[in-house]
Amino acid sequence: MQTVKSTDPALPRSAEHRSRNGGAVPDDDVFRGDHHVYEPFKVGLPPLRPYVREVWNRRQFALQLSKTKLRAKHYDTALGQLWMVLTPLLMACVYFLLVMVIRGGSRGIDFFAHLCAALFAFHLFSQSVQQASTSIVRGGKLVLNTAFPRVLLPLSSVVHAFRRFLPTVLIYAVIHTVVGVVLGWEILLTIPLLGLILLMAAGVSCLAAALQVYFRDLSNFLPHLLRIWLYTTPILYTAEQASDRGLSVVMWLNPMAPIIRAWSSVIDEAKLPPAEVFAAGIAWAVGLFLVGILFFMSRERELVVRL
Amino acid sequence: MSSVSELPSSSTRQPREYQIDDGYSIIVRDVSVTYRTSVEGKPTLQSTIRRVGRRQRIVREVEALKNVDFRVRRGMVYGVVGANGAGKSTLMRTVTGILPPTEGTVEVKGRVSTLLALGVGFNKELTGRENVQLGGLAAGLSREEIEDKYEEIVDFAELHDFMDMPMRTYSSGMYGRLAFSVAVSMEPDILVIDEALSVGDARFKKKSFERMQDLCSEDRTILLVTHAMRTVKKLCDRAMWLHKGEIVMKDKAQEVVKHYTRFLQVAEDDELTAEEL
Repeated sequence: MQTVKSTDPALPRSAEHRSRNGGAVPDDDVFRGDHHVYEPFKVGLPPLRPYVREVWNRRQFALQLSKTKLRAKHYDTALGQLWMVLTPLLMACVYFLLVMVIRGGSRGIDFFAHLCAALFAFHLFSQSVQQASTSIVRGGKLVLNTAFPRVLLPLSSVVHAFRRFLPTVLIYAVIHTVVGVVLGWEILLTIPLLGLILLMAAGVSCLAAALQVYFRDLSNFLPHLLRIWLYTTPILYTAEQASDRGLSVVMWLNPMAPIIRAWSSVIDEAKLPPAEVFAAGIAWAVGLFLVGILFFMSRERELVVRL
Repeated sequence: MSSVSELPSSSTRQPREYQIDDGYSIIVRDVSVTYRTSVEGKPTLQSTIRRVGRRQRIVREVEALKNVDFRVRRGMVYGVVGANGAGKSTLMRTVTGILPPTEGTVEVKGRVSTLLALGVGFNKELTGRENVQLGGLAAGLSREEIEDKYEEIVDFAELHDFMDMPMRTYSSGMYGRLAFSVAVSMEPDILVIDEALSVGDARFKKKSFERMQDLCSEDRTILLVTHAMRTVKKLCDRAMWLHKGEIVMKDKAQEVVKHYTRFLQVAEDDELTAEEL
């Protein structure tokens, strides 16, 4: 009883192809199309264009998932949705106290503003990654029983974190005004910078989600990893202080550092960041995004087997 | 070049190389699925490092399906029976493209409603309504399509009062009822139903059986996994009997049920008690 391998070498893997009788025109949907051929898994990318289109077609799913999760998150707490702003705010207070105690000196109130701005941005990143890391493993029945681009699950975590980030923008705006930090047109640069943070978050989230399937310990490591990441990012101190101590290499090797540096520069001081900082931020964000998402997509079909 | 494996029950009248355009909805060619699990149970980084350090690979392979080869004609109701762990659900997941086969190919023509009720109930913290919406969106339906079907689903499941409660508050019967309602309210060319028929109380069972009969009389291809022999006999045209990942027989539904029932009576396995029948 010898096995029959792929009967037609021209058949694309897991992709639809034109039906041979020229009957119904198959739409290009890999997951819902008219004609599917499923073949053994090989590490490799699915056809990109239909895949991206399919992700786009189901963007509603990612949006809806993040929204319902948000609603369910603080379902039984007394303060409910208030925790969305309380958590990052309390975190900022804790770090403010910490820095005061360690440094002994009294840092000005504008340091608190800086801390808030930078922490909220980093929180957006770390929340997406942490959420995403378990998104596939906990996807359960949905992942096992429904054919859809799985990349939507980690991406939905990014959307989720972004939704949680939005109210903190308002909180920060209040702090910014009360403290009386300078305000210039440079603050508009936060929008592309935010884009870079999201791009990087998406990449790292996909990476974490896929790796979690292979190493279930990852989600335990992750909080600590993210904390170290936070400490090596110029948030509790400034990039200049780090450079003074000969740590400037960290400011380039840490993918978040250039972005947060630019972020703080435009918000705290209304100053343009050096061009190379900006360039480094773009390079890291785009690079990590591509690495993460392509890694995820190339492994996607195998993930289910390992759940 | 290649020869389709000859199983005793497959008649040889047909040409050796089956084409999807010859009126088939599903062609499964000699598919094997092997799960790879590490012995520790869940794969962890720690164990991996230790294992890598010792340069050993502990992988236990579980062959969920072995050389399964069958075809389903368009409009046919095809039953799949077998004991627990026979590979039925794995087969369904392979046909719907969720699990890649380890060997062989699966060819499917038509829009498939993914099995097991679209993954409804995947998150017990979310409400029934949210689960239905998310399951539908993931399956590629639009918001409007889901909205259209929503009332019908709730009506059929008779869960009006519970749709806005988290699904962890549902009883298992309610859970199954919702899953079944979602599965049958989609309008696919190929419907894959996995043991969804044995849910709810006697009245709901009767209702769902009637619904299945309606669906079967329409021109749809249906792949039906069930432990209920009466259902197989009444609804299915043909059936296969899977045992430990291999096809024991595939034939007319009546014949398969007859042999399978006889096998069950002979088997002394506790898992195969009458309650499953």
